[in-house]
Amino acid sequence: MTDTPDIVVIGGGNAALCAAITAAEKGARVLILETAPKPYRGGNSRHTRNFRCMHHGPLGPLVESYTEDEYLADLMKVTGGKTDEQLARLAIRTSEECLPWMEEHGVRFQPSLSGTLSLARTNAFFRGGGKSLVNAYYRTAEQLGVDVLYEAAVTHLELDGDRVARVDYTHEGKAKSLSPKSVVVASGGFQADTDWLARAWGPAAKNFLIRGTPYNRGVVLADLLDQGIAQVGDPTQCHAVAIDGRAPKFDGGIVTRLDCVPFSIVVNKDAQRFYDEGEDVWPKRYAIWGRLVAAQPDQVGYVIIDAKSLNLFMPSVFPPIKADTLAELAKKMGLPADALDKTVAEFNAACGEQSGFHPTELDGVATSGITPPKTNWARPITEPPFYGYSLRTGVTFTYLGLKVDENAQCSIGDRLVSNLWAAGETMAGSILGQGYLAGFGMTIGTVFGRIAGKEAATHAN
Amino acid sequence: MQTDFLQEARRQAEICNACRYCEGYCSVFPALQAERAFSDGDLTQLANLCHNCRGCYYACQYTAPHEFALNLPQALADVRQDSWEEFAFPRAAGKAFQKNGFAIVLATVLGFALLFWAARALATTGGEGFYAVLSHNAMVAIFLPAFLFPLLSIAIGLRRYWQTVGGAPVRLSHLSGAISSAANMRNLKGGHGDGCNFEDEDRFTHARRYAHQAIMYGFLLCFASTSVATLMHYLLDMPAPYGLFSAPKVLGLSGGTLLVLGCGKMIWLKLRADTSLGATNAFGGEITFTGLLGFVGLSGLLLYAGGNSGWMPALLAIHLGAVLAFFLLTPFTKMAHGFYRMAALVRDVQRREAG
Repeated sequence: MTDTPDIVVIGGGNAALCAAITAAEKGARVLILETAPKPYRGGNSRHTRNFRCMHHGPLGPLVESYTEDEYLADLMKVTGGKTDEQLARLAIRTSEECLPWMEEHGVRFQPSLSGTLSLARTNAFFRGGGKSLVNAYYRTAEQLGVDVLYEAAVTHLELDGDRVARVDYTHEGKAKSLSPKSVVVASGGFQADTDWLARAWGPAAKNFLIRGTPYNRGVVLADLLDQGIAQVGDPTQCHAVAIDGRAPKFDGGIVTRLDCVPFSIVVNKDAQRFYDEGEDVWPKRYAIWGRLVAAQPDQVGYVIIDAKSLNLFMPSVFPPIKADTLAELAKKMGLPADALDKTVAEFNAACGEQSGFHPTELDGVATSGITPPKTNWARPITEPPFYGYSLRTGVTFTYLGLKVDENAQCSIGDRLVSNLWAAGETMAGSILGQGYLAGFGMTIGTVFGRIAGKEAATHAN
Repeated sequence: MQTDFLQEARRQAEICNACRYCEGYCSVFPALQAERAFSDGDLTQLANLCHNCRGCYYACQYTAPHEFALNLPQALADVRQDSWEEFAFPRAAGKAFQKNGFAIVLATVLGFALLFWAARALATTGGEGFYAVLSHNAMVAIFLPAFLFPLLSIAIGLRRYWQTVGGAPVRLSHLSGAISSAANMRNLKGGHGDGCNFEDEDRFTHARRYAHQAIMYGFLLCFASTSVATLMHYLLDMPAPYGLFSAPKVLGLSGGTLLVLGCGKMIWLKLRADTSLGATNAFGGEITFTGLLGFVGLSGLLLYAGGNSGWMPALLAIHLGAVLAFFLLTPFTKMAHGFYRMAALVRDVQRREAG
């Protein structure tokens, strides 16, 4: 592209693509600046798998109905009320018209994935997952004439009063600038910048793993916040879960999850238990365990199970560490053998009647007389071979973001920035102030991406 | 079988089993997800169930440069290719031809030579049409063993396959399930019906599916043509040549045309497709085999067109030579995939029934 585009979209994930497609369909000339190289395009959308969608009656792959009030209640539950109800209702209400829009723009859905039947009513799964969605949107965007620059890292947005005057970026080793009529920021959170995480959370964050893209470093977010653009969301918080400790530092994604904690005992590096492993079913507890592990020495935990529990949970990406005796397992995992032996013996002695054991329900099979207790699925660790996994804290996303209004428009002081809109994770803190709701990030990205694209195009035209 | 191929497929299958995003694309993933650990037999079954549609590759978050470096279509293609060599009877023939386009060409040339020699040495006395070049009895003497031997070889190969994957006794319902899958190439539709990713990275198209079906149905029509003609010869005492609107001609002409078009399109597609998503070392063998199959069709059509010209004896020898090479190479080339694929589909129906 030699001419200046009407609109520059910063970022290359779901929200950015929805904005670019919508704007291009309104006749605007759009340029996407994606900081990742092509194989890693799409930000954290690459790792997603579904879209939470309000609907009245069956819609696409979704069964029954999911009303606005029920959806909002689910959001209130996870956020503890930390949301902007007006924006939340806008996202929820608009989600219904998004699903057919997504299909029209190349996204394909499939029935709820095996093991996720509980989401069949609320969440529409992308066939092939988030990367296939991203691929489809890039195809559609290219057909609409949207230009895409990969490895184009935006470094600075120059503000001139109440408008963005210039976008600075680097591409192919050169510093470049553009002065488009409208700018859409859709470049995610800052979780891949572990220095920033450590400043926000504390030094322990250096040991966290980042579950998603290494390219969400929050450069544009920091640049805008530094210049006084209105912010939202708790700057110190991130959503974190407990994942396989052997996962890669970045981009481990879905396969690094471990579902075995309810059938285990979890110890720290001193071989001491520190929390009730059977407090609730795993989907309701994995986020808590991210924080629990973060609070342990070296931010690491060790899951111990025995042979009878091996097939009770989803396989994970790496095979467990296996040993015929607990002492050998301790050695292989770098745990103090005597201490582990003692911890397991105490736990085993505290286990009682197990005939009611039921792996998928709160079965009340509990320990007695130890602290912390295990209140469900408590069966002694006795049957060799023994298996172990290490656990680390895996960061999914951060909450700090750009505050937007119902037009996805950013503001500075008490004024709107006349040509700046934000969509996706970079503004999701406006609606999801804390917690996590499966598939809601994609809803926010799609709804506000489309709004931002429409508004940016209207402004540019 | 080559343990490094199996080991790599196992590593990748374990990662896929922890992700499962691709379960809507084809039959491989539900079958994969039914296992927790993958035996060599499991992997062989998955490999032969895989149609190399590549949907899972382009949808994958973990392809290179990611450190997991998933490329399931290639990992399964390597195991699949290796399994055909391993199950082939005799094994040496599988190893000689599967990955070797040159050997396939050489065998075809030998087929031409044999037929030219036969036409000269076994000169007939007083036959009509093609039989003036080579008597019916001489043709039968050459082609009956050339037809029966591959059948025997394939039967032995399939038996080896069935033992490896732990197949159960086959019932009619298993067969009909497998045939309906193959009849419309359900596994090349991507689950959503948009087709597969072959000619242009992640774009879904039906090009490969259509090309494949043209070849498959073209071949079946040609085969039907020969079968009908054989029955007419022996049962109805109606020897060749047959008129344009006779069953053998109608079947043969339509089949030959489909075969030529399908093979041509398939070769064009294979030359455009990313070879690193298949068994790279078998590329030459696959392309050459597809060329041979297309040439069988083409030479048959030319023979029909030039049947009354002075070229006929040469065209006949070339066509029959190509057919001979094709028959004899069937168990040892890409052609074998049809039989193993059917076996894998039958086994998959059994798995779903049991599950």
